[in-house]
Amino acid sequence: MNAENNGRGAEPLLQVENISLSFGGLKALDSVSLEVRKGEVLGIIGPNGAGKTSMLNVINGVYHPQEGRILFEGKDRTTMRPHEVAASGVARTFQNVGLFKAMTTLDNLLAGRNLFMKKNILLQAIYFGPAQREEIRQREKVEEIIDFLEIQNLRRLPVGALPYGLQKRVELGRALAQEPKLLLLDEPMAGMNMEEKQDMCRFIIDTNEQLGTTIALIEHDMAVVMDICDRIIVLDHGAKIAEGSPDEVRNNPEVIRAYLGDE
Amino acid sequence: MEEFWYWMEVFVSGTLQGVMYSLVALGFVLIYKSSGVFNFAQGSMCLFGALGFVILLEAEYNFWFALLLTVGMMIVLAIAVDWVVLRPLTARPPITLFMATVGLAFFLEGLAQLVWGTQPHGLDIGISDLPFEGLPISISRFELFAAGISLVMIGVLVVFFHKTRVGRALRAVADDHEAALSVGISLRMVWGVTWAIAGIVALVAGIMWGTRLGVQYSLSLIVLKALAVLILGGFNSISGAIIAGVIVGAFEKLLDVGISVATDYQFGGTESFSAYLLALVVLLFKPYGLFGDEIIERV
Amino acid sequence: MIYRQTGLFVTSYAKDMRMFPIPQDRWGIAFVLFVAYVIIPVFASEYWISTIFTVVLIYSLAAIGLNLLTGYCGQLSLGQAGFMAVGAYAAFNFAVRLPGLPVVVNFLLGGVCAALVGLLFGLPSLRIKGFYLAVATLAAQFTIEWVIVSFNWFAAGNMMGAIDTPRMVILGWHVESVTDKYLLTLSVVVVLAFAAKNLVRGEIGRSWMAIRDLDVAAEMIGIRLFPQKLLAFMVSAFYAGVAGALLAFCYLGSLEITSFELLVSFRILGMIIVGGLGTITGSFLGAAFIILLPILISNVAAQFASTQVTQFTANAEVMLFGALIIGFLILEPLGLARLWRSLKDKLRLWPFPY
Repeated sequence: MNAENNGRGAEPLLQVENISLSFGGLKALDSVSLEVRKGEVLGIIGPNGAGKTSMLNVINGVYHPQEGRILFEGKDRTTMRPHEVAASGVARTFQNVGLFKAMTTLDNLLAGRNLFMKKNILLQAIYFGPAQREEIRQREKVEEIIDFLEIQNLRRLPVGALPYGLQKRVELGRALAQEPKLLLLDEPMAGMNMEEKQDMCRFIIDTNEQLGTTIALIEHDMAVVMDICDRIIVLDHGAKIAEGSPDEVRNNPEVIRAYLGDE
Repeated sequence: MEEFWYWMEVFVSGTLQGVMYSLVALGFVLIYKSSGVFNFAQGSMCLFGALGFVILLEAEYNFWFALLLTVGMMIVLAIAVDWVVLRPLTARPPITLFMATVGLAFFLEGLAQLVWGTQPHGLDIGISDLPFEGLPISISRFELFAAGISLVMIGVLVVFFHKTRVGRALRAVADDHEAALSVGISLRMVWGVTWAIAGIVALVAGIMWGTRLGVQYSLSLIVLKALAVLILGGFNSISGAIIAGVIVGAFEKLLDVGISVATDYQFGGTESFSAYLLALVVLLFKPYGLFGDEIIERV
Repeated sequence: MIYRQTGLFVTSYAKDMRMFPIPQDRWGIAFVLFVAYVIIPVFASEYWISTIFTVVLIYSLAAIGLNLLTGYCGQLSLGQAGFMAVGAYAAFNFAVRLPGLPVVVNFLLGGVCAALVGLLFGLPSLRIKGFYLAVATLAAQFTIEWVIVSFNWFAAGNMMGAIDTPRMVILGWHVESVTDKYLLTLSVVVVLAFAAKNLVRGEIGRSWMAIRDLDVAAEMIGIRLFPQKLLAFMVSAFYAGVAGALLAFCYLGSLEITSFELLVSFRILGMIIVGGLGTITGSFLGAAFIILLPILISNVAAQFASTQVTQFTANAEVMLFGALIIGFLILEPLGLARLWRSLKDKLRLWPFPY
């Protein structure tokens, strides 16, 4: 549509085709199609209960859709389990912070490096030679992310004790530790104050521009979405009702009706 | 033909015993449904109640008076548990609450035996254990009576849950804690009541089992068998607990006798574990038990 | 030198990621090992060495095993004593049927057998969790007991009751005296405790804790839940198995199924709750606490000696055990290890806590 906006995002990274998902008789997603293009920041918006989080869960492999298929880098992966999705290069943050609460910031980020670690229980039990070098290599990687997100002072603190805004930041860090090709953010600014939102926006934009990560995010704060997204998709009652640049979406009568009601 | 009646007899006696398992399991389900707590101490509550009751009987108290006193004791116990154990642990993970009830189980066993001694007490509630005459199979009067009492208890509870105000409040809480709170139901009251009812159920179960096996420490072990019944039936289904109890009772008796006969009495005593294996196998196919609600995980 | 971190500058990640980054901690461990290896064997009485130190060490090992599964990986198990039994009987059978193996190898083989049984009973964790899984482990406990009692083969043809364990030899060292057995136990426990500590601070430990804290998120960062849980079951059972073999060979000197009954499983669970879920140190503290407590109680009661007293103390002990579990869960869910940590944290920043 308007991929020429920034001269990027032409090639699709993820294609979701005619996905339908229902729980019992309840339809959460009704034949929704969308694509995330390489290098872009895609916003997914819509009123509560529109099926936004369900969409992420389908992409993540938590739920498997009854109909439709999902292509990632051109390959069909509709029925992948979550850990396989992660291994294929998709990382995710959660609406209500999905951190490992009793673990320290450092351990949370290192856990994000799980995919890159060699597994050998005997060597790990001795913690010697290759196992130790492996730990140190991953630690160096994690330190880069710690510097990038400016959370040096949180290393040794259990994340459950951190303020909400910082937890969100650490969670972003854990997702970045996976070096994802596609980063899914479920309401990254929910419950944040103005200053924290600005920080988070900066990190998201930096991630996109410096690391070249493709990002799809759900967010309720319209100002933020309009600011940082290249393209926006609007869901309502499990169906896609609009798609386009921030300006196009803002002026779309369907969208206005979905948000303001029928009057 | 004779062989058929033999197996029939094994089956019936297993089934009747199974109903008594259901009675123990029922106490679990009540508490689990209303508060999400898996109360491991249910068995110790059986022991505690039965021991208190038998001591009063031996002190020559009137049967009904003794029963009334022990019911009162169980209610006091329920309130104490609510205050001392449950309140401080509100909002902790379920596994923590479970472990706390494991602690409670030990505490109650120790307390009961500290106060009333460790020697086993015979308990006679005036129902003979003799079989009925003139039937092709022998059915013990007591087993039938116990099964009957269990069914009556279950019936009373069902009526209580559906017809009374408090009962409806309990069900509302079981369905949705927050919604129940928002219409003005007091969670504390509901939990207190549930624990009290579970205590009374435990007392009845304790008296039944106590009459059967004597009132002694091993009573609290029946709880473990009830666990198998529970996972088979699903944690939150009263009818599930009853049906699963019957299944477990019949299954373990038949299997035990079957193996004994088949191996010429070389092997026996499979009753000690067969119920768990059965539950385990069922779980592999139905992870929430035969009648439990499936939980859709939200992310 | 005062115990503290201030002024301590690490210059490499290797140093920062050491097991004990603070020098005083390293000295502390060295001191504890010195006491355990030199002071205790030389100065302690036989009664203390055997009935207290050896037993505490063995149960610490079983508790570490359970802590790996329950405290770190979040999977509650009520069958730890069953796996101890597997280890003990397997080690016994290896010793009797394959004479000549060093006894430590027997212990390890016992652990391996326990791990395999653990794998079997860990399989349900594919589909069930929480209480449901706890009941599955109960099935392990009872099934194992029944199988061992029912098949005479496991007792190598001996009749029911206690069977004497064979003599222990390692490369010419005849492990006979109480002190020898203590030293053997100590060495096995020390090695396995360090191994456990290494496991939990590395990739495997993080995966386990991630599963414990939030399994959905763990899966989405690429952790494969089922294999990791199975691994936890196996490692846990391995530790239990070795502990069971040690209990039979180095303390009891005999083999009897009653040493591994359900109550023992609960005692071990109590140890990790009191000591601290998710800590290795806590496993030692908890085991010591739970084992010393009854001895303390009966010693106090012996001051007021009378025949009624034993009955009284036995029940008081059970009550106190229950009350302790509840008390720790309410007041200090992280157990004795946490109390010890808080003390150290205060010291580390003293006198400027902010």
